Amino acid sequence: MNTHAAFAAALLDPRLNCPEGVFSANGADPASRFAVYRNNVQSSLINALAHSYPVVAQLVGNEFFRAMAAIYLLGNAPQSPLIKDYGHDLADFIEGFEPAVSVPYLADVARLERLRTLAYHAADAQPLNPEQIGAALADPHTLSELSVELHPSLNLLTSAFAVVSIWAAHQQDATLAGIDLDHGQHALILRNGLDVEVFVIEPGASAFIQNLQNGQPLLQAAASAPAFDLSQTLALLISHNALTHLHQNKVSP
Amino acid sequence: MNNLPFGLPPRAGLGLKTEHFREVLGSQPDIGFFEVHAENYMVAGGPFHHYLGLIREQYPLSLHGVGLSIGAEGPLDIQHLKRLGVLIERYQPQSFSEHLAWSSHGPVFLNDLLPLAYDTPTLSRVCEHIDHVQSTLKRPMLLENPATYLAFERSTYDEADFINEVIRRTGCGLLLDVNNVYVSSINHQRDPLAYIDALPLHAVGEIHLAGFAEDTDSLGDRLLIDDHGAPIDNAVWTLYQHVLERTGPIATLIERDIQLPAFSVLHAEARQADERLRCAGGRS
Repeated sequence: MNTHAAFAAALLDPRLNCPEGVFSANGADPASRFAVYRNNVQSSLINALAHSYPVVAQLVGNEFFRAMAAIYLLGNAPQSPLIKDYGHDLADFIEGFEPAVSVPYLADVARLERLRTLAYHAADAQPLNPEQIGAALADPHTLSELSVELHPSLNLLTSAFAVVSIWAAHQQDATLAGIDLDHGQHALILRNGLDVEVFVIEPGASAFIQNLQNGQPLLQAAASAPAFDLSQTLALLISHNALTHLHQNKVSP
Repeated sequence: MNNLPFGLPPRAGLGLKTEHFREVLGSQPDIGFFEVHAENYMVAGGPFHHYLGLIREQYPLSLHGVGLSIGAEGPLDIQHLKRLGVLIERYQPQSFSEHLAWSSHGPVFLNDLLPLAYDTPTLSRVCEHIDHVQSTLKRPMLLENPATYLAFERSTYDEADFINEVIRRTGCGLLLDVNNVYVSSINHQRDPLAYIDALPLHAVGEIHLAGFAEDTDSLGDRLLIDDHGAPIDNAVWTLYQHVLERTGPIATLIERDIQLPAFSVLHAEARQADERLRCAGGRS
């Protein structure tokens, strides 16, 4: 009775034969008709990956990307009708994908592209205006217990490669000339209004923002991070609408 | 079962493409309605909701699902149905439609509209699923006739009879995709006019028009592929005319999902459909 199981398996794996029990009205080989469905499934999923990871595809070339995606697809059929999430773990697959070892930064570029997609579709949140933030920061009595909430789209990526420079180069002329590929970068990804933005930040700033995400009060988050320019980092977050709430932790009177 | 409360105006509509968000808001074209794929808007926030919200304020909306898998062998995905409910609550679309097809099997989503065997167990299952959808969403849905490339030995109904029975049992409406009628008729050597005349045309709540791609099968015969990637074929316009003569003017969507042309090209096709709708309404 379970005919969809055989149909589905043969759609996903081109090595399997056309399922039993199907025919063409004109007597044509049903496999030549089944091929339309298989091609729809395979190409739509590979196209979805190419759409989500345009710079990864540029870095390895379209032909390599599609071949890699076809192999990914064999072991990673979509588990949800929300196809935007398909390939959310492509970076992990790339890391173990032997033919791509000559492009060691490929997985981190995929991570950056995934975080950009997440930021694009993340929940909306009203940013605080600079006056509200300025007033809270100016009050020495409450500053030590001040916590901030960051925009839901905000994420960090730490890479041993120049991942932001590599990605940014592919928004223009796609040349890696002049980029020190092995120069590690800390990326900040967020959505400001309708636009996703990517910044390179200092290692200490990345640790600071991570601490904030973990719920540490502002001053503690700064103090427990490696040295960095706090005022510059706060200015970046404020001017790009990344702060959405301020809380006073009422630990002591 | 007649006079279902489908609220789309009897005008031509267009699929809303993200590439056209700004142009639509900027130029406010005279379009009868916009249609979106529900799954594209199942995200928390960001530009998609921003633009759809603004466009919805100015146009009627058709919400068209492509991921519910009404023909699946297993139960409906309750989470997915909930997500549809959230979208319907938020955007109050004039119409919700889905397909006579399956796209999921167990946990695996195949991202295509796959063909069903038209037999009694499938009929019961499809009707149960549609009942479930309509009772959960508290509104009638439209069911779209499929474009198919294969037939099943197990089928005991022809497609039009199967659709008649589904609509009779569930009270859902029909989204008559005229391109799918043509594609399937060529692929299965059916007479498209006889097929259309055998459908429950009283239940049509929306029409789809689109273009197809041409291939050949192992015998070298024409094999048409419903790819929504070309202008509407003359044969499909002719069938559309045949439908309108029987139904009168009905909301008609121009679908284009790949090889997207400029908005003005799609708008011109919409005007062609609007012209035929005006004639069908007896207005000059």
